[in-house]
Amino acid sequence: MGDLSAISSNLLYAAFVIYLVATFFFAGAIRDKKTTSPDRVGKIGIILSIVGFLTQLGYFFTRWGAAGHAPVSNLFEFITFFGMMLVFAFIIMYFIYRINVLGVIALPVALLIIAFASMFPTEISPLVPSLQSHWLYIHVTTAALGQAILSISFVAGLIFLIRQVDQNKKTKQTFWLEFVIYMVATTLAFIIISSVFSAFNYEASFEAPVEGQPVEITYEMPAIAGPFEGELISDGAMSPLFQAPEWMRGVDAAIKFNTMIWSILGGLVLYWLVRLVLRKRIGSALQPLLRKANPEIVDEVGYRAVAIGFPIFTLGALIFAMIWAQQAWDRFWGWDPKEVWALITFFFYAAYLHLRLSRGWQGTKSAWLAVGGFAIIMFNLLAVNLIISGLHSYA
Amino acid sequence: MKESTLKKKKKRLIFRTAMLAVMVGLIAFALISNLKDDKSAVAKGEQAPNFQLNKFGTDEVVSLDDLEGQGVMINFWATYCEPCKEEMPYMEELYSEYKDKNVEILAVNLDSTNIVVERFQERYGLSFPILHDKNGQVMDQYNVSRLPSTLFVNADGVVEEQVVGPLTLDKLDGYLNEITPET
Amino acid sequence: MNEITCECGHVNPEGTVLCESCGKPVEDNQHLNGNENQTLLNMRYDGSARRSQTYNRTFIDKVWNFFSSVKVGVWLIVITLIASAIGTLLPQEMYIPPGSDASTHYRDQYGLIGQIYYQLGFHNLFSSWWYMLLLALIGISIIIASLDRFIPLYKTLKTQKPKRHDQFMKKQRIFGKTESDSIDMHLMKENLKKNRYKVTEEDGSLFAEKNRFSRWGPYVNHIGLIVFLLGTLLRFVPALYVDEFVWVREGETKMITGTEGQYYIKNEDFILENYDENDERFQEAIMRNGQPVPKTYQTNAVIYERTDDIVVGKDPELKEVKEAEARVNHPIKFENYTLYQASYQQNEFNEMTFKLHDMDDEDSSYGEFTIDLDDPETEYELDSGHVVVLGSYFPEYELDDGEPVSVSKYPRNPAFVFNVYPPGESDGEPEVSFAGIGANVDGSGENEFKVGLVDFDVRDVTGLTVRKDYTLPFIALGGAIFMIGVIQGMYWNHRRIWVKPKDNGVWIAGHTNKNWVALKREIEKSTKGTGIETPVDQQELKD
Repeated sequence: MGDLSAISSNLLYAAFVIYLVATFFFAGAIRDKKTTSPDRVGKIGIILSIVGFLTQLGYFFTRWGAAGHAPVSNLFEFITFFGMMLVFAFIIMYFIYRINVLGVIALPVALLIIAFASMFPTEISPLVPSLQSHWLYIHVTTAALGQAILSISFVAGLIFLIRQVDQNKKTKQTFWLEFVIYMVATTLAFIIISSVFSAFNYEASFEAPVEGQPVEITYEMPAIAGPFEGELISDGAMSPLFQAPEWMRGVDAAIKFNTMIWSILGGLVLYWLVRLVLRKRIGSALQPLLRKANPEIVDEVGYRAVAIGFPIFTLGALIFAMIWAQQAWDRFWGWDPKEVWALITFFFYAAYLHLRLSRGWQGTKSAWLAVGGFAIIMFNLLAVNLIISGLHSYA
Repeated sequence: MKESTLKKKKKRLIFRTAMLAVMVGLIAFALISNLKDDKSAVAKGEQAPNFQLNKFGTDEVVSLDDLEGQGVMINFWATYCEPCKEEMPYMEELYSEYKDKNVEILAVNLDSTNIVVERFQERYGLSFPILHDKNGQVMDQYNVSRLPSTLFVNADGVVEEQVVGPLTLDKLDGYLNEITPET
Repeated sequence: MNEITCECGHVNPEGTVLCESCGKPVEDNQHLNGNENQTLLNMRYDGSARRSQTYNRTFIDKVWNFFSSVKVGVWLIVITLIASAIGTLLPQEMYIPPGSDASTHYRDQYGLIGQIYYQLGFHNLFSSWWYMLLLALIGISIIIASLDRFIPLYKTLKTQKPKRHDQFMKKQRIFGKTESDSIDMHLMKENLKKNRYKVTEEDGSLFAEKNRFSRWGPYVNHIGLIVFLLGTLLRFVPALYVDEFVWVREGETKMITGTEGQYYIKNEDFILENYDENDERFQEAIMRNGQPVPKTYQTNAVIYERTDDIVVGKDPELKEVKEAEARVNHPIKFENYTLYQASYQQNEFNEMTFKLHDMDDEDSSYGEFTIDLDDPETEYELDSGHVVVLGSYFPEYELDDGEPVSVSKYPRNPAFVFNVYPPGESDGEPEVSFAGIGANVDGSGENEFKVGLVDFDVRDVTGLTVRKDYTLPFIALGGAIFMIGVIQGMYWNHRRIWVKPKDNGVWIAGHTNKNWVALKREIEKSTKGTGIETPVDQQELKD
């Protein structure tokens, strides 16, 4: 049993490395140099992507074997699975449109997501009664696939924007594009900071009142913001610069707040470091790299991804969810935050389609909408679980 | 040509008006149903549904239908309900007077054990019939959600008055008077 | 109210942008599709006459046209979207701790923001009248906008002729001219057919079309949404929908609320099973969780049907319907009702056993007696001849202003006042004592005997939701139609290719609603060997 789960983690690790290598091949394929045939390099890239995907599929099924249930039951498992579906969606879109530039953005996004997932507890968790249903697999996998395909439209939108936004002057568009890049930097910073501190086994414990009871709260990063009225009890740990506001109740609230501050600051450092080295906006530095991308086709890829992903998302995240909820909780709809955000995603992409089809929102407008859609998907994946939480708080 | 277009226009207007009317109707239905509290007790002016319960401490069965022609006060109460304790003495005070005027008091009790009711009855010296609704079935049927709740049913079996919460002596007297059958 | 007669002879309704038959742009109406000064035609709704664009005389027409606008529809969606998002920021009223008062809860927990949230009604957003109204307006918008577009589009696509106007051809995104006298139109036709196009001919012009049905996808999915919305409306019809809750104690037989006295349930056993903490697989996760992780909630139940005439309150005659288990995800179904395992309470007291002994000697005994907490007796006579009379019984004992009271009828914290009479002294003054969980008070301070708790028995209570829902088939039907509609519209593309002999060669044009790459590929395949040059994508040339 233990062996199987060890094999499983190794496969995931291998898949991660393979995706990383594939990214470099795609990056090579879009370079302007004429020395090597870009088609051949791109082909290696897609073959590697498929190999990586199969490896990750190996992770998925070995872990399934080890746990006795499909590994989609906690945040780590679900986000990892989402990353895998993202690669799968990329492979599909690649074979429809055969453009290498998609890989240059899609794979790094998938890599970030998988790395991000492993910052959460990775142990195999048992299924609580409400999750013991075949609908867990059916609902979660379809919903994740739908979200992943919709995310490809974000990838395409981002390519479109980097390629098309006029970088000669500072505009709202350049600002928001930089903001998107900064969010990527923040995610990366979070991954780096968490990994570093956990490698050093950093711990700082506080005693703080939670609902009137003194509780020990353990930080795994130096506390910039300590718990409200918390007292540091570990030796040699950095004392907090300030306290979390009073309304952040609960054991984890202050920890999450502190992690967020670290990520935001880390993201700023990373972003400005790169920007100072480049001496221009990062979007502006990336623009020439994507010159070979055909904006017409990229725009269509974005639209196509929504067209393919929307029905799958609706089926998985709304219809299958309703069938399961009817069985498990006696009502098909309960206005639980996760449900509401799935509905919001549905509404958003419905608006996207209506704007595109009958009001002619194409190109830049459509690309910005795709970015917004991805933000909603991410919000549903993370914020709803980590901040709002409800019935879905397990995953 | 001109006439046919006019006709078309008219047809279109009728169609649109009808569609809009139906949709507005549906919305109104939804909004009103949503506002309406679907769990209200048996309302004023409705026929009080029949029930049959054992009189406490005896094998005697009391059925509401058998009391037709009399005014009936149905009081839902329990020993663990504080405000119920306040109004019990008033009910006791007026019971014999109204009993003579052909008004019956049925105190439907919702406790689950006999002994608590028995001790309560002894302590407060209650003489009106206490009916034991051990499983809360009558309470369910009458959609009573708060204790005490009292219904005043007239001689025709129609609910005259419905009171949620404890009664004062004055009020109780007034309501009992309302359901006193004319002789 | 002027109909437009095109030069091809076809009579188009007012508001037509492109002639239904030959596609010639109607000069005065180009602004309707935003075609002015554009090299390419906007092909939305195929240039058909959307009525909303033209008839705007009466009040009814104005209302109708308002809802017909996609812009209005999108705004409604966006407003609903934003409202929904705000509605998730703080928990809805149904998710706040039971028993707390919403009017103070939000202010106490979230301060000013909470107060505003509550005042604006966001705490109960999803059943508020204005949220429902928003959804209803979206419904109206769907119906009207679809009607206004489907009918003219259907007519136009039915009327379209193979031979298209030059203007129409030229202004298509895919367009090409070939000048040659060796063009094999027959092969072109065969090739198109091979690519599964339906080909028609008029005056030597070819018209190839496939997957027209995908154009109906949006209308089909909108019908699905309407059926779904109507289905949810049906819930307000009481006969179609029952939603009740019932608590049943182990060993108890109880009427099932919501079945109008027809059905009863007996709770044989309630089972709560946790995961084994020593299970190697889950050890780590259970440790992290800090408390046991539940594995099963289950009620073993027997369902009965009442066979005598239903008189409420009267003890029923029951016939067993079935024995069944309700587990989470596996509800009990009988007739049209469904029972869901929804809640439970553990360890409610069932029986308590006491022993009468000397005040200062725990080991002495004058006998034991067991109180059935559902039906305690008034007195218990012990073997030794002592009589214990139950002076008072408090199922859920609490101290209120120094006086013992019970706050419910359920034996969650039972307490008793015992009056103990020594043998033969039943007329005398009893010794009074008070006993409860963790409490044993000597009434006089000089009692000789003590009534001590020696044993107790507990039971569980299961909470089941009772549902009857005849609206589900409608809702499922709506969902199914919606899915068929979106798949039909999204996974197939309507593609058309026109080939028209012109001067010394042919013109070719193509149109699709999405996936231009595939259309271009098909045109390339079809023109192979026909002498027709591959047309260009006029939009790409722009950049």
